[in-house]
Amino acid sequence: MSVHRPQSLSLFDRAILGQATRDAIRKLDPRSLVRNPIIFATALVSVLATVLTVRQGLAGGHGIGVPAQITVWLWFTVLFANFAEAVAEGRGKAQADSLRRTKSEAAARKVSGMDGADPTQIPAAMLKAGDLVICETGDIVPGDGDVVAGIATVDESAITGESAPVIRESGGDRSAVTGGTRVVSDRIVVRITANPGETFLDRMIALVEGAKRQKTPNEIALSILLVGMTLIFLIVVATLPAWASRSGARIPVVFLAALFITLIPTTIGGLMSAIGIAGMDRLVRFNVIAKSGRAVEAAGDIDVLLLDKTGTITLGARQAAEFLPLAGTSERDLAEAAFLSSLADETPEGKSIVALARNRFRLADPDHAELRFVPFTAQTRMSGVDLGGGHQIRKGAADAIAARTDAHPGRDLTGMVERVAKSGGTPLVVARDDRPLGVIHLKDIIKPGIRERFATLRAMGIRTVMITGDNPLTAAAIAAEAGVDDYLAEATPEKKLELIREYQQGGRLVAMCGDGSNDAPALAQADVGVAMNTGTQAAREAGNMVDLESDPTKLIEIVMIGKQLLMSRGALTTFSIANDVAKYFAIIPALFLASYPQLQALNIMHLTSPRSAILSAIIFNALVIVALIPLALKGVEYKPAAAEVLLKRNLLVYGLGGLVVPFLGIKLIDMAITALGLA
Amino acid sequence: MNARGILLIILFVAVIVALTPVLGGYMARLYEGRMNWLGPVERRIYRLCGIDPAREQHWTGYAMALLAFHMLGALVLYGLMRLQAHLPFNPAHHVAVAPALAFNTAISFATNTDWQNYGGESTLGNLVQMAGLTVQNFLSAATGIAVAAAVIRGFSRRSARTIGNFYVDLTRSVLYLLLPLCLAGALVLVWQGVPQTLAASATATTLEGARQVIALGPVASQTIIEHLGTNGGGFFNANAAHPFENPTWLLNFLYMVAIVAIGAGLTNTFGRMVGDTRQGWALLAAMGVLLVAGAFACYWAEAQGNPALHGLANMEGKEARFGIAASTLFSTVTTATSCGSVNAMLDSFLPLAGMVPLVNILLGEVVIGGVGSGLYGMLVFVLITVFIAGLMVGRTPEYLGKKIEAREIKLAVIAILVVPAAVLGLGAVAIVTGAGQAGIAAPGPHGLTELLYAFASAANNNGSAFAGLNGNTPFYNVTLAVAMVFGRFFTAIPVLAIAGSVAAKKMVPPSAGTFPTHSWLFVVLLVGIVLVVGGLTYFPVLALGPVVEHLALSAGTLF
Amino acid sequence: MLKELRPALSLLAVMTVLTGLAYPLAVTGLAQALFPRQADGSLIERGGHVVGSALIGQSFTRPQYFWSRPSATTPPYNAAASGGSNLAPSAKALVNAVKSREKMLMAADPDAEGPPPADLVMSSASGLDPDISPAAAEWQVARVAAARRIPPRTLRRLVAAHTTGRFLGVLGPRVVNVLKLNLALDARWPMR
Repeated sequence: MSVHRPQSLSLFDRAILGQATRDAIRKLDPRSLVRNPIIFATALVSVLATVLTVRQGLAGGHGIGVPAQITVWLWFTVLFANFAEAVAEGRGKAQADSLRRTKSEAAARKVSGMDGADPTQIPAAMLKAGDLVICETGDIVPGDGDVVAGIATVDESAITGESAPVIRESGGDRSAVTGGTRVVSDRIVVRITANPGETFLDRMIALVEGAKRQKTPNEIALSILLVGMTLIFLIVVATLPAWASRSGARIPVVFLAALFITLIPTTIGGLMSAIGIAGMDRLVRFNVIAKSGRAVEAAGDIDVLLLDKTGTITLGARQAAEFLPLAGTSERDLAEAAFLSSLADETPEGKSIVALARNRFRLADPDHAELRFVPFTAQTRMSGVDLGGGHQIRKGAADAIAARTDAHPGRDLTGMVERVAKSGGTPLVVARDDRPLGVIHLKDIIKPGIRERFATLRAMGIRTVMITGDNPLTAAAIAAEAGVDDYLAEATPEKKLELIREYQQGGRLVAMCGDGSNDAPALAQADVGVAMNTGTQAAREAGNMVDLESDPTKLIEIVMIGKQLLMSRGALTTFSIANDVAKYFAIIPALFLASYPQLQALNIMHLTSPRSAILSAIIFNALVIVALIPLALKGVEYKPAAAEVLLKRNLLVYGLGGLVVPFLGIKLIDMAITALGLA
Repeated sequence: MNARGILLIILFVAVIVALTPVLGGYMARLYEGRMNWLGPVERRIYRLCGIDPAREQHWTGYAMALLAFHMLGALVLYGLMRLQAHLPFNPAHHVAVAPALAFNTAISFATNTDWQNYGGESTLGNLVQMAGLTVQNFLSAATGIAVAAAVIRGFSRRSARTIGNFYVDLTRSVLYLLLPLCLAGALVLVWQGVPQTLAASATATTLEGARQVIALGPVASQTIIEHLGTNGGGFFNANAAHPFENPTWLLNFLYMVAIVAIGAGLTNTFGRMVGDTRQGWALLAAMGVLLVAGAFACYWAEAQGNPALHGLANMEGKEARFGIAASTLFSTVTTATSCGSVNAMLDSFLPLAGMVPLVNILLGEVVIGGVGSGLYGMLVFVLITVFIAGLMVGRTPEYLGKKIEAREIKLAVIAILVVPAAVLGLGAVAIVTGAGQAGIAAPGPHGLTELLYAFASAANNNGSAFAGLNGNTPFYNVTLAVAMVFGRFFTAIPVLAIAGSVAAKKMVPPSAGTFPTHSWLFVVLLVGIVLVVGGLTYFPVLALGPVVEHLALSAGTLF
Repeated sequence: MLKELRPALSLLAVMTVLTGLAYPLAVTGLAQALFPRQADGSLIERGGHVVGSALIGQSFTRPQYFWSRPSATTPPYNAAASGGSNLAPSAKALVNAVKSREKMLMAADPDAEGPPPADLVMSSASGLDPDISPAAAEWQVARVAAARRIPPRTLRRLVAAHTTGRFLGVLGPRVVNVLKLNLALDARWPMR
């Protein structure tokens, strides 16, 4: 599998920065600002400060230097917040654009019936759900849909980065096609399932564009908390002149504005949407398309992860473990037949058969000229080789071979097949000229490193459950080997659904991935359902995420992205609140020093003058937004660990850090201001 | 500071810790409905009042009942005061209480504030003291506990619609908890010297031949509920500093225990009812940390002596039998809880020592807090804490298996927002209006402290005062009453809404990804959040009041 | 809300009777039966006349009596209107009052050692404090002994006998009840 890893986009791409700078100014539009209450409040205060400063300027402008500078920095605070959002959007858009490019500009050939007769050319963008289109070799699939007739190989590399073409056929579990992919062979009729603007790509593009992004539940809750804090500080600052009036202190409104803006959580307020967009963006770079931000957030809360055994826990391909000859056939004969039939078989199973046969019996390569290989097809479900002299060797599932030979398989063979199946393996019957020779035992191979991943999940508090059609004994054996917490054996779609409901009844959040149509109910029931891109359209509609790479272990990354999203918000909120302590120590003595010189004792940073203190605080407040943009975009580092450990670490870094950093920052800025004679 | 004073604090904490599981277990049985040794009396009351004890209420019904009950209670109390001249049991022939003062007092006692703009012995007759004030002392305390019980049920139930029956919770609180404790406690008080008589006064001729009229009355029966129910409204003007209310050092100690006992016990009740006593201990630990820190800070600051008098021990406004240690501990305890009875005059504390009671109140009365209200107030902070902590560990925040979502945060924010709005807003109005300025006695920053304290005390339903402020004016009677109503009901109702909301939720079983809320880390974080919210809100006014007064006094400046 | 009124009103009535009448009257009855002296205010009689309450301080101004603490009530030791000065430590009024009391006391007790203890120059919280510290009693011994013409040593023994112990021997301050001490003085060394 050639997995196409997250494209590396340098944190500050020059083109993105240029665009973001322009966008930051464009976002001063009140209609855009009002989406973010904290920054909107900042903008209102900036307008007020501007009006007051201008008025002071018109009135002679004595001592206008510091108020003017404060006003400028108030505006910078707004601009920096806009800039943060714009940068995140820019990166998201760059990502989305690369997705969008894959969208077909070409015309679609709309047909009226399954037979594909009378195609008419219409632009792809005009296709509606329910339209039928025909795609032949070389065509770009014009939109998301289901194959309703035919079978074809499709190159999906444009979306998944996977170079090997995949088979798409009607009826089965591999019927979904995605707009923008290319048919490499054969001919299919596709029923379009998405209206224009509603395809997965469209939804994903919307998620990384701030303006259209819907807030996630936790984001809404956090916004409420931040607005609440803003209101508290509004009360504090608005009543302060009255309280101060008792000492005869008169505080310039611009200074109050500065105090208000430094106190309200502008840091998290300014970076919140950038964090959200960056989270989505990270997801896209993992080649996962989420239908909503809510789903990504829910992923961080997952308690139970249901994983299909095959392809997730074990290698999708199995390995030949032994040759089991029927009576009357030597093991060597069976091995040789299996060897010959698999020489051209490029699947991992085929290769493993060749390797095992070579290993056991040191078989030499035969003369290829005499051999005519018969590839595996979806129709015959077997592969093999025609030898010179009319002999044929075929290998395949027991029922497929039986169907070919039209003979009832012997009792020996049936018993052998069942034994292998029960031990957790897959039996592959080898026949020579309609006579079964024996069985190749293909064994499940636990994916390397999967145990560690499960340990990681356990550390994150997530319980893993293996879903398998195997019998309980086999399932238990594999479960123990893989290190999952639990398993569901002999799983049927109904059992899966029931299991999910059971967990949810207990209050747990369940994630699962699936591909087949019969997975659709379970995917819909699960709190986080990740559909494989190779799966059916039904599955893709039922889930709330689609993994373009069809890699079920991706759920772990999705969970981590979800957690990172919340952690980044929590950490920056803590940082923002902790910052206020230093800001108070800078501004409060400055405001009241004139009436109570004793309050100099609170000026523990020894800032030069009241004016420089206030200016330093507001400058620090603005700059810290810019300084934290990289963190917002990258997300707070998440190492799987128990909640308590994570909290301790984050509290130390962002709580204590948030307490200390502004003391240093404000002091440094004050020194710079003093040196430059700005206040 | 000396070893005796420190020993006192340690002994006090030990007694509380020992009592907590006892009272906590008793109340858990009580509010889970597993106690009925007064069944016949209880059932008769329900029948008499037309209450169906089996019918539980949705949170809205619970809140409605609470409001109706207290509006009526305030109305009746107001009537009693206005009409006292025409009613019996008025041996000292006190006249009708003025309308604004009666309004303030009625609201004050109905909201468990017990702010007193009147001198008890000089204003109120025995009927008002007994049938008016004592009744509200019981009922406002019982209401606080009832709301706490409802909130605890909210957290302990899953997918439930109701949170209990207000009338049942109230009746059971009075019958099983407050009345028995008060009956026994009142006799201890009398034994220690607290009067209990229907006579209004005795007259003595002093050794130097002067005539001394000594005010008396049914003091013990009211004073015990004053403390147990964290009411704080004293029989006498001098409150628990009056030698009749608080005659001995031992009784003073017992009062402190009584003030804290139910509030501390409720944390344990909470733990038991949600099925994990560690949760209760964690809450108590957070409260305890703040309480003990406050006690030491207050004691240390007061023990410095008055710098303007060369460090002379500050015995102004203190009783000799308590001394500085027991005075500061009592003051810390009475303000940490929303009791507000005082055994020393806070107005005469050194600025930093006086700031401790003030800060205790400004933190929102969650350091133990009022009976019931302390627990539910703290739970509001817990929600904010788990929300931030939950985000920081990358999970949708949850507490005791309940997901904390936008609705809970909104309600918690409302509950937290109301009090600062009342304190800072009404205080600001008082400062800039002539009517407000007229009441401020002390010049300089101390006057600001008095005013801040008054509105803080009212809005947080504490009731203690920097008594230099003359609150008995129409302006203060009305504004302070408004602050009390806001602080009591606009926090209790959002909290009940939270209870209803979490009761309806499913319960998520804990996993390794869940942040444990019984750990020390949680306690530290919770304490931090309480301090940060309070600190950030009140830092400027504290700087303008006690802080600047302290700095000035240290430098020898007087006002 | 209306349908809440009936249970609210009737429960309020029941509770008023229960906690407002039955409870205080029951306590009164029990208290009068069990602790009649305390229940009536711990009054002290001498010669059939009530001279005060053991718990309520009174004003002493004559040199032959130990003096109580300053009282902020009007008049001092007004047991029908308790209260403190409520003066801030930073108040000029307080500092001046303390200084003038110091001056007054030192004029009255020229033989006393050092400045008077804090409790003698600062008013109590209730204005009715019945006690003074042992130091405050000691500070006055010279004056009282001189006025009564008794040896200070004998007087000190009497003060010690009237000094309370600490709770459990360690906790709380030790105090002297001024009224009881003065009654004892009068009983042992009657003034003629």
